[in-house]
Amino acid sequence: MFRAPALAAVLLAAGLTAAGISQARAGEIRIACYSDGNECESTAILATRFMKDNPDIKVTMNQMSFKAIQESLPVQLAAGQGPDIVRTTDFGPIARYMLDLTPYLKDAPYWESSYGPVLDWMRTGPTDHGIYGLMTQLTISAPIVNKTLFDQAGVAIPKAGATWDDWAAAVKKVQVATKIPFGMVWDRSGARFAGPALSMGAKFFTPDGTPAVVDDGFKAIASRLMTWSKDGTFDRDLWVAAGGGYRDGFPDFQNGRAAMYLSGSWQLARLDKQIGDAFDWVIGSAPCGPGGCTGMPGGAGFVALKDSKNPADVAKFLDFLAQKPVYAEWMVMTSNVPANVQLQKESLPFKLSPAGTAAMKAFVANAALLSPLSYRLQGAPISRPIFGAMTDRVSQAMSGQMSLDDAYARITSDVADAVAAFKK
Amino acid sequence: MNPLAAFFAALMDLPERPMRWAQQRLSGGRLGWVFVGPNLAIFAIFTFLPIAIDFHYALTGGTQLLPADRPFVGTGNFSSLLACTDYLDANSCTRDLFWHGIWNTLRFVLFQVGLMLVFSLLTAVVLNGKIIGRGFFRAVFFYPVLLSPVVVALIWKWILQREGILNAWLTAAGQPTTNWLLDGSWAFFWSVFVSIWAHMGFYTLILLAGLQAIPAEINEASAMDATPPWRHFRRITLPLLMPSVLVVLVLGLIRAVQMFDEVYVLTGGGPGTATTFIVQYIYKTGFADQVRQYGLAAAASLLLAGVLLVLTLVQLKGMKRG
Repeated sequence: MFRAPALAAVLLAAGLTAAGISQARAGEIRIACYSDGNECESTAILATRFMKDNPDIKVTMNQMSFKAIQESLPVQLAAGQGPDIVRTTDFGPIARYMLDLTPYLKDAPYWESSYGPVLDWMRTGPTDHGIYGLMTQLTISAPIVNKTLFDQAGVAIPKAGATWDDWAAAVKKVQVATKIPFGMVWDRSGARFAGPALSMGAKFFTPDGTPAVVDDGFKAIASRLMTWSKDGTFDRDLWVAAGGGYRDGFPDFQNGRAAMYLSGSWQLARLDKQIGDAFDWVIGSAPCGPGGCTGMPGGAGFVALKDSKNPADVAKFLDFLAQKPVYAEWMVMTSNVPANVQLQKESLPFKLSPAGTAAMKAFVANAALLSPLSYRLQGAPISRPIFGAMTDRVSQAMSGQMSLDDAYARITSDVADAVAAFKK
Repeated sequence: MNPLAAFFAALMDLPERPMRWAQQRLSGGRLGWVFVGPNLAIFAIFTFLPIAIDFHYALTGGTQLLPADRPFVGTGNFSSLLACTDYLDANSCTRDLFWHGIWNTLRFVLFQVGLMLVFSLLTAVVLNGKIIGRGFFRAVFFYPVLLSPVVVALIWKWILQREGILNAWLTAAGQPTTNWLLDGSWAFFWSVFVSIWAHMGFYTLILLAGLQAIPAEINEASAMDATPPWRHFRRITLPLLMPSVLVVLVLGLIRAVQMFDEVYVLTGGGPGTATTFIVQYIYKTGFADQVRQYGLAAAASLLLAGVLLVLTLVQLKGMKRG
């Protein structure tokens, strides 16, 4: 007789527990966060201070891997079970789930004036003027140079204005003189490939905005990469080994296996801590070509999600982080280049070694060289499929599975396929 | 009877009344459905419903996850997967990665299952004989089966990677080193090797049980007739072991067609697509690519399910014959 009510009570309790796990309580902000260095940890420190000032709001930080966020987030969001805020680099696939913070912000123009160039990356197009989140850093790709190896080889590090061919020649000389396995290593990443492609004159889009990846500029860098991978200047192993996805070239650089490493400013803390005094390293100026001397901007951002039960609290927390003094403190803690345009002009008291401090200055100097097209490419909703197609197909060509011409054709069809899938 | 035993006896008697009641009212085999019902419900929810959803995804397109938001495309996903000018050349297909996956899987099945059957059989025969340390060796061969596929792959990755243990040994021995996982042929070889190493123990155990089930008097009669060992093996042991061989063959085939975890961790599907198998294609298309084409992944998984269904039917037919 008592069984039915008991069962109902158990089911109700289970339901409430499940709801408690998946849905935020009033005043709770759940953040799904991944760290390149210590971003989540430093945010948690700032969140503690925020909670002291706002005792009715509880910030819960769930730290997970970049891969876990990338793979599970779209499914969570489609099921209506996402967090309130997520740290991600991939804004396109979650654009439809983003929360426009504008109505909740006290001073939206401050956001526009401080973070204007990167706010577009979270927007769906030119007619979208929403504010969907806060970039936790601005990353800039640039060559990281093993100065000790250059000095040992008696080769001068290419200066600002040097072309990609100048760099290739220089690192080859170092490779031969010091008997290291490779002249240069690039992270296996589409964004890493895109910077040199832009420098060589690649446009990536037609004037009407249609993706058009393979052009003369693109071919110029792809064919050079093939040549460099064949003659051993370039660490092809890193690109060829993986079936797909991102691969980090840092271990090869750290172990002195390459004279130059094309990566970016997010590696600063790692470079500073893990290389230490093993060898001298410096940040070079972005190599040039007919399209300029540009790297690629990028970075991760905290994005607000519209399924949040507490949108005003979410906006309040992000607004707290976005304020200049807090954001400056945050950047110092994480050793990141600020996305705040005012702070980019200031000298922040980073707790870095002299080499790290010099590197930070060099990265900021490289930020000034970034082409407008690089910002546009980074912010395009279709940028990730473009990056994926570039790395996967060029890698297949490097592995000898297809010719470079076939790779070009496949990149074009892969991107067209992705565009068509987006439109359905 | 002590109170605890009496309590349990009373507890066991509890279902008697309702069962008697059900038996009286549900005749003609209907009671069977009462027993099968809960299991069928679980099957329906966790097996048949996902299959139905898979069909829905396979017949719809776009990148939307929720079924209601997905536009109907009919057999578009299947025809896209099967569009080739030359089926033997994956690069001529619209979905070249799918066909690379198909051909790699077929090659893998051929080598892995064939070689594993041979090695399992040899090992089982040796372990069935009177050798010193038989128990120890049986444990040694079975031990890798206990390891998680990811652990197996990581162990071999440490051995085979560019600065791995194998190359360190070769360097120490003054021999040239090879990038074992960066050359397509070598990467494929090691995928097959590692998979055999990891699973051979399980199949050896099945064959060993089969060998031990052969009546001793048959072997004794053969020995009394002075039958040469090879003839004994070919004419007596192998025919009597065929049911076990068939089980090994079919289980091995199904496992090989579904291969993903070990090879994914070991090679990532590379170099290029040299070790990308069909399940990795499905995973990548549905869950890892920047643009998630759930429809294509579902269609590919249904094609794979078709292959597995055929293999299962072959097993059932073979077992009936046996």
